[in-house]
Amino acid sequence: MGGLLTEAFLSSLLTGAIVAAVPILLAGLGEQMSEKAGVLNVGIEGMMLMGAYTGFLAAFQTSSLWLGFLGGILGGLLTALVMAILCVRMGLNQIVIGIGLTLGAEGLTALLHHFQFSRSYPRLPAPERLDIPGLTDLPVIGPSLFARHPIVYFALLAVVVLALLYRRTNLGMTLRAAGERPAALDVAGGNVVGIRLAAVLFTGAMAGLGGAYLANIAAGLFIPFMTGGAGFIGIVLAMLARGRPLWVLIGALIFGAALSLTTALQVAGSTMPTEVIQMLPFAAVMLVLVLFGRRAKLPSALAVSYERGAR
Amino acid sequence: MVDDATPAAENPDAEAARAAPLAWRGSMKRFLTLTAGPIVAAFVLSAVILLLVGVNPLTYYGYILERSLFSGLGLEQTATRMAPLLFLCASLIVAFRAGIWNLGTDGQFLLGAVVAAAIAPLLVSVLPGWAVLLTGFVLAMIAGGLWSIVPALLKAYQGVNEIITTLMMSFLGVLLASTLVKLVFRDPETTVPQTRTLPVEDRLPRLFDTSISSGLIWGLVAVLAVHLMMTRTAFGMKLRMVGANPAAASHAGLSVPLLTMATFALSAGFAGLSGASEILGVAGNVRADWNPAYGLMVIPLVFLARFHGVGSIVLVFFYSALLIGSESAARRLGVPQDFTLVLVASLLICLGLGEYIDYRKQKQER
Repeated sequence: MGGLLTEAFLSSLLTGAIVAAVPILLAGLGEQMSEKAGVLNVGIEGMMLMGAYTGFLAAFQTSSLWLGFLGGILGGLLTALVMAILCVRMGLNQIVIGIGLTLGAEGLTALLHHFQFSRSYPRLPAPERLDIPGLTDLPVIGPSLFARHPIVYFALLAVVVLALLYRRTNLGMTLRAAGERPAALDVAGGNVVGIRLAAVLFTGAMAGLGGAYLANIAAGLFIPFMTGGAGFIGIVLAMLARGRPLWVLIGALIFGAALSLTTALQVAGSTMPTEVIQMLPFAAVMLVLVLFGRRAKLPSALAVSYERGAR
Repeated sequence: MVDDATPAAENPDAEAARAAPLAWRGSMKRFLTLTAGPIVAAFVLSAVILLLVGVNPLTYYGYILERSLFSGLGLEQTATRMAPLLFLCASLIVAFRAGIWNLGTDGQFLLGAVVAAAIAPLLVSVLPGWAVLLTGFVLAMIAGGLWSIVPALLKAYQGVNEIITTLMMSFLGVLLASTLVKLVFRDPETTVPQTRTLPVEDRLPRLFDTSISSGLIWGLVAVLAVHLMMTRTAFGMKLRMVGANPAAASHAGLSVPLLTMATFALSAGFAGLSGASEILGVAGNVRADWNPAYGLMVIPLVFLARFHGVGSIVLVFFYSALLIGSESAARRLGVPQDFTLVLVASLLICLGLGEYIDYRKQKQER
């Protein structure tokens, strides 16, 4: 393992960390919005997978990555619409429906993929990059940090915008009220169901975009079940971030690094079974939960559907 | 319900005579909206998806029925497959009635299976047959239970949401099980990474002259025992109190953390037993890439049965038939088995809708 710390290894580790972090960052930011509004969105894994599928399909058919991202957003949005109607509008159990959506998305995408491509997994062409002149040429960090697809910068921008939204605007307060004291919001003239619907749909769009990034940029192809728990990691990030988008970003980078170690170690020729390496991100999540689980703060009305006048 | 709404008649006998069929009709209606309706709706919804991919749903459903229920061998396979599913039902009934979302049964199941498969073949030459099986089951139960300790401690003493912790441990458990098979328990005599094989004659005995594994009996016993424990004993009552209202249970003097730990231990233990029942009853060994992922699929069944033991057994029978049929259909009709995921998901969603309709109706009548 002496040659582990070569420039190529570090570069691929850093690149991998960022590429792996973006989908869970997008998912985590989305989940954070619905948790703030009081909806525990367990279906996010399904929304991501659906986004990955529709995103890949759109990009594959139109050979345009941008339409691919649009397709991913739509796929996530449609899945979230089911959740929004069933859980927010009708007040059904969020966990049961969430598991249902995840299972359904897994089955549906695998089924559709099978009938379209049988056992072949066609690839997309390599994505274009947004090079930042000067910075891209730096050694090690240059190509990994500054030669990324524009969506990466969009995700970073979303962190800032959401942080401002939560802290500085009325809308941010309304969201929090919907998650902490929906009855109070209702009395104050706010629309609890409306704001929760919007939050769930936003989650779907972000998760769909994350899924599309996973399929179109990170992997370049769609494989059934490819999200493999990324959405669930997004939920953990949102739980631990205590409502702050910046913490979601930090968490996503840590887990991204753990995920990319998986590939980087394989590149470096480690002889350990792949399963051992694949355990790293989940082990990291558990470690963080053991150390900081007590500090996770969840809105008090989380996973409780709101009905006016109900006790 | 319905009979509450009928105005009080002057003659009580006549009222009772009128109310009886009305009450019967009312419970029939509830059965339709809560159980039969969602099942039919789920099959119709999934049929639409089959049509979309160009498969005739009638052919598909017909094939599944014929393969799993109307052929002798199919019926035996269906009965055998019920065993691990029943143990999982027992696992989930304990957890859900006690208000714990144990979504990590897949990892607990596989670790139980791997431990049973690793130990049992080594003991065959040392111990008598029944002791080998007993040791296998007990160790599998302990392995499953151990894998839930971290989520249990985190939930009981730190209040960390168990949905996330059990899911994460499940991913870890599935990977660990595969690693154990590859690195530790690997049978040196095979090229495919798998554990040593328990000889057929040392597995759970078959029932009568059929190929049905007697694991079925133990599965039935487990579900019924859990059902009676949760509904008829003081301990079960305590667990249900914790599930219904932890704060109230704490005020009543119950040790909520300890009862939470007990729930996890029981639930995960049964998941471990489930894995062992598949290995010691049917498969005999574990391949490194084996993961039937029954865990999440059993959840809708338990919900549909409203956590009731007998109801779960009936549903497990039909679900088992569906699994056997769809495995065969995957080979013969070219519809991948992933379709059962779609069916289960539609079932969960239709189930929720049925509950909603029922709730609205009850509210109107009040």
